[in-house]
Amino acid sequence: MAATKNKTPAKAPSESLARRTGSMLSRLVHRQIFIPIAALLVLVVFNLIADPSFFAIKLEQSSAGYPVLSGNLITILDNASELAILAIGMTLVTAASGGQDISVGAMIAIAGSVVLRVLCGTDSQSAALQAPIIVVFLACCAVSMLFDAFNGTLVAYFKIQPMVATLILFTAGRSIAAWINNNELPNVSDPTFGYFGNFIPGVALPTPVFIAATCMILIALALKFTNLGLYTQAVGINPNSLRLNGMDPQRIKFLTYVILGLCAAVAGFIKISRLSTINYSVLAKDIEMDAILAVALGGNSLSGGKFNMASSILGAYVIQFLTMTLFKFNVASSALPAYKAVVVIVLVVLSAPVVREKLSALWKRLKPAKTAKEAN
Amino acid sequence: MLQRKQTSELERRSGRTAMTDTNLLLIITIAVFVVMYAGAVIFLGAGFLKPQTFFNILNENAALIILFCGMSLVMITGGIDISVGTVTALVCMVCAVHLDYQGGNVFTALLLALGIGLAFGLVQGFLVAYLDIQPFIVTLGGMFFAKGMTTIVNATQFNVQNESFQALKETRLYVPGMGSVNKLGVYVPAYVEIGVVVALAVVVVLFCLLRWIRLGRGFYAVGGSRQSANMLGVNVRRTRFLAHLLCGLLAGTGGFVYFMHVGSGSPSHASGAEMNAIASSIIGGTMLSGGVGNIAGTFFGVLSLSTIKNIVSSLGLDEAWWTNITVAAMICLFLLIQSIVLSRKNKSKA
Repeated sequence: MAATKNKTPAKAPSESLARRTGSMLSRLVHRQIFIPIAALLVLVVFNLIADPSFFAIKLEQSSAGYPVLSGNLITILDNASELAILAIGMTLVTAASGGQDISVGAMIAIAGSVVLRVLCGTDSQSAALQAPIIVVFLACCAVSMLFDAFNGTLVAYFKIQPMVATLILFTAGRSIAAWINNNELPNVSDPTFGYFGNFIPGVALPTPVFIAATCMILIALALKFTNLGLYTQAVGINPNSLRLNGMDPQRIKFLTYVILGLCAAVAGFIKISRLSTINYSVLAKDIEMDAILAVALGGNSLSGGKFNMASSILGAYVIQFLTMTLFKFNVASSALPAYKAVVVIVLVVLSAPVVREKLSALWKRLKPAKTAKEAN
Repeated sequence: MLQRKQTSELERRSGRTAMTDTNLLLIITIAVFVVMYAGAVIFLGAGFLKPQTFFNILNENAALIILFCGMSLVMITGGIDISVGTVTALVCMVCAVHLDYQGGNVFTALLLALGIGLAFGLVQGFLVAYLDIQPFIVTLGGMFFAKGMTTIVNATQFNVQNESFQALKETRLYVPGMGSVNKLGVYVPAYVEIGVVVALAVVVVLFCLLRWIRLGRGFYAVGGSRQSANMLGVNVRRTRFLAHLLCGLLAGTGGFVYFMHVGSGSPSHASGAEMNAIASSIIGGTMLSGGVGNIAGTFFGVLSLSTIKNIVSSLGLDEAWWTNITVAAMICLFLLIQSIVLSRKNKSKA
């Protein structure tokens, strides 16, 4: 969309190649997806200079005895899956309601608890699975969507600020998750359940990567072939005009929350499959902050309106890339947030409209000097 | 009660909507707190009847009251500051390390605490007000930064041994005539800690600031509508900046008071305080959308939350998840009340 808007009228063929690439560059700079791409590029270059072996991918023998790919890049792809899936839902919620859902971490705990409850039945250490995995998955999706429907109702129909409305489940969610399993910690020993969080025998890539890719394809198709994207942005920009056009803005807001619930359920399912058990108070802790960060890093306005899904998803991978880079430099995991904060602040300062205007003004002042030199 | 509601109804008709909302919500908050405490006294008896129980709630929450007042200021201007909890942890850790490992004294520790708070307020305020970056993201950065810095300064919890600090920590101000006789028949005087005095002073000063001082009225104006405030000649940027600056300063003060209460440095101090702050502010009648709120409300919001926790634990349901669920239910209740108040206001406008 931005490309058609910025299309410049046909220019004289005598125009220099340098200037044309320059205009192409400036067009790219003004596109929203530039922010996460630039961040990613900086990280890649930094790692290339510091230690090129960061990018090495090796074929290794897994513990089960079949070849799997391993390396930092694979780990990044693998570990960012949950965050990328959440970023999809969070982008929609942010665009439609102009606020964020801070209960997704608690929602993942609830979904995970439901998975274990259905999977293990009443016996918390059962060896055999008590229900087929597809039933388990559907159950956790249903419960998670139901809980986020509660959030959606408060936001859409009672017109409560999203952050405040979701504060309720943020506070109570982990307690509810513990209550679902009577505060026990069930353990799944069946290996087939672990396929979803680790490797399927014979496949060299971790399964969460495929699940995340499926979610991205689904949302891309939904945005392409339905009016979801259009309506979501319209609600965020001006709910009244949408209402006057015969749409129901409240229902669309509500819908985005249910979609986020679904995303949280998928993320929770992956998380539990990775661990095959649960810890109610630390499972997916602070993931809501990372999900919101992914949306913001993608250059989306946190006060609603237009959004760019690809940027948000890329933002999630940038966060994971940054985390991995810091680990590489032996930063303790508890000290990680400080470095993350510095990067975040630098990024948002650089992408702030005020700073951007100043920078482009500076760029323009430098430019005529350059062309003058060329003329000489 | 009913009569006061009616007068606020009259005031609403006369056009002073923002303030009447504030008053109505404040009255509801105070009423709920009084009813809850009275219920606890009647049904749970002895423990809640002692004045010391009430003073203990104050002692435990003095630091939180200061933090949450700062948060309310920012919320009234329509912003948010989610860094206050981790800034508290950072202040505690820095002060603890300063006192025990660097041989500092209490006075320099206090200066350090205020300096840290001021630095956070300055940077965040500048980014929010002058660079126009969304407050949530800026303070999220602040939150992460403080969290990480705390563990970089020192990763483990330790108790402070410094003697002059211990003396300050143990200082108790006895409240005359409020003591009680314990089981052994010895008269135990009721006491409050120094932090409570600081907290009460902060509440009174901020209450006056918001009610009668030009800057305080500016906070409400900016929170209500930035454009209108601008047209009225309020310097919107400076006002938002000052709100964040004050919030940072209060976070530093609150951090030191917290430090005086617990006497140790730990990365997990005041964890989750930012969400509790939002909860208390909401219960106290501050709206996240800005322009409506009251410091006294926040004060009672903190007390209400703490009283509920005390009631839950004295009912024998001391599992953490019961506390969380009751707190969530309470937030839900107050949100519904606010929602009703707002829809009534919209109706009367239409």
